[in-house]
Amino acid sequence: MRRFSIGALTSEAFNAQQGWPRQWRRAEPKGAYDAVIVGGGGHGLATAYYMAKIHGMRNIAVLEKAWIGGGNTGRNTTIIRSNYLHEESAAIYNHAVRLWEGLSQELNYNVMFSQRGVLMLAHNQHDVRSLRRHIYANRLNGVDNEWLTTEQVKAFCPPLNTSPDIRYPVMGGALQRRGGVARHDAVAWGYARGADALGVDIVEGCEVTGIHRNRNGAVAGVETTRGRVSTPRIGVAAAGHTSVVMERAGVRLPLESFPLQALVSEPVKPVFPCVLMSNAVHAYISQSDKGELVIGASTDQYVSYSPQGGLHITTHTLEAICELFPQFSRMRMLRSWGGVVDVTPDRSPILGKTPVPGLFVNCGWGTGGFKATPGSGHVFAWTLAKGEPHPINAPFTLDRFRTGRLIDEAAAAAVAH
Amino acid sequence: MRPALLLVACPYCGPRPETEFHCGGQAHIVRPVDPAAVDDQAWAEFLFYRNNPKGLHAERWLHAYGCARWFNAVRDTASDAFRQTYPIGSPRPDLPTGGE
Repeated sequence: MRRFSIGALTSEAFNAQQGWPRQWRRAEPKGAYDAVIVGGGGHGLATAYYMAKIHGMRNIAVLEKAWIGGGNTGRNTTIIRSNYLHEESAAIYNHAVRLWEGLSQELNYNVMFSQRGVLMLAHNQHDVRSLRRHIYANRLNGVDNEWLTTEQVKAFCPPLNTSPDIRYPVMGGALQRRGGVARHDAVAWGYARGADALGVDIVEGCEVTGIHRNRNGAVAGVETTRGRVSTPRIGVAAAGHTSVVMERAGVRLPLESFPLQALVSEPVKPVFPCVLMSNAVHAYISQSDKGELVIGASTDQYVSYSPQGGLHITTHTLEAICELFPQFSRMRMLRSWGGVVDVTPDRSPILGKTPVPGLFVNCGWGTGGFKATPGSGHVFAWTLAKGEPHPINAPFTLDRFRTGRLIDEAAAAAVAH
Repeated sequence: MRPALLLVACPYCGPRPETEFHCGGQAHIVRPVDPAAVDDQAWAEFLFYRNNPKGLHAERWLHAYGCARWFNAVRDTASDAFRQTYPIGSPRPDLPTGGE
């Protein structure tokens, strides 16, 4: 790996930037690895990176059925925050935010992490109470979050219509100043480059079609579209397709997969200073560094693996956006797309062991997995390397659905997030 | 490609746009007859575990802005195409996989 530095960039300036090598090798799958990670999205790549970097496991591979970052890592609206209600959630998402803060330096790759603040709006008394409760809970857990009055909201986000005569007037908001956005593609590429430099094989175009188990029932290897790979340890980070992969090992999970849609506008000059979310009218919006307004919708209501979704879902979101920002009503939308997200009954992830020895799963991030990428990879790497969960992901077991110790962020926010 | 808006064939009203409907999730889930007799895992499966196939899936649907009646449907989750609708209480039809 050639490191990026002011010296390297300057010398390449005299060379038409032709001296840069491929950012990661085009690896062929070997016959055996110490561990295999299924899924080359942000979570899988981050896991591989931390396994190699912190735990010294370098004979490992990431198997990706398509291409790096082509799934949900490249399809989300890049929002990063950690203002979740429950302490288990606050711990894992805030762990991620701390890692985000040093990630560009850690990877020597600019992930364009921008802490421009995430503002969540309250439109009714219930929202006000719910957000204030979140603020108090967050403060107890060491997560920054503060209450803004309607006037303060307007000052922080001037494009917002705070007029009292709109359908759902703004009654204030909760602001997490350390929240923001990052460039999602760069996160995948940066982790892939970093993992590759430490010896990890990143195999693209390699779909896992079967999971082999030995006589004791433990994991023995995977069958792929590019041959058989033996390994005693498998970490599955396959997002919306986790159920499909895990079925190959005979493991059933409490997951349902839904399309989640997003869209971007034509690029315009800087008009939007922060990330703004509204759970009540269900819309979230920010502006990318290219100038596009990035807008997220809610999930479709039925199980689907179609990365497209219904048009009425995006229509509903745009109606909410136009109510809050009438000046955007004549902007043209450039693209819309969907990603398939895996949702658990309590809207918290499952991160740890499965009933099959040697098989670990990192799934159930639902509509909010991107923000957790570094933290999730960091603790999942620990789990895979040691065979035991890190204290931060220890509560996120599959067994919680049997014991009833749910981490119920669904009830906390009353929406997907 | 999936159409931007699905047509759902309500068994009582005929084809109507999906915005008139509410999906009630997986069909044919049976509540344990004697809840006290089942163990925690069986109870967890009743409450939380749902089929999540990439392929044919039996679901309950409500024609909320129409006849307001519930019915069942088999839908392909890969293409979102409805394969068949059938009344509540009838067994799931045995449809061949594949096709669309």
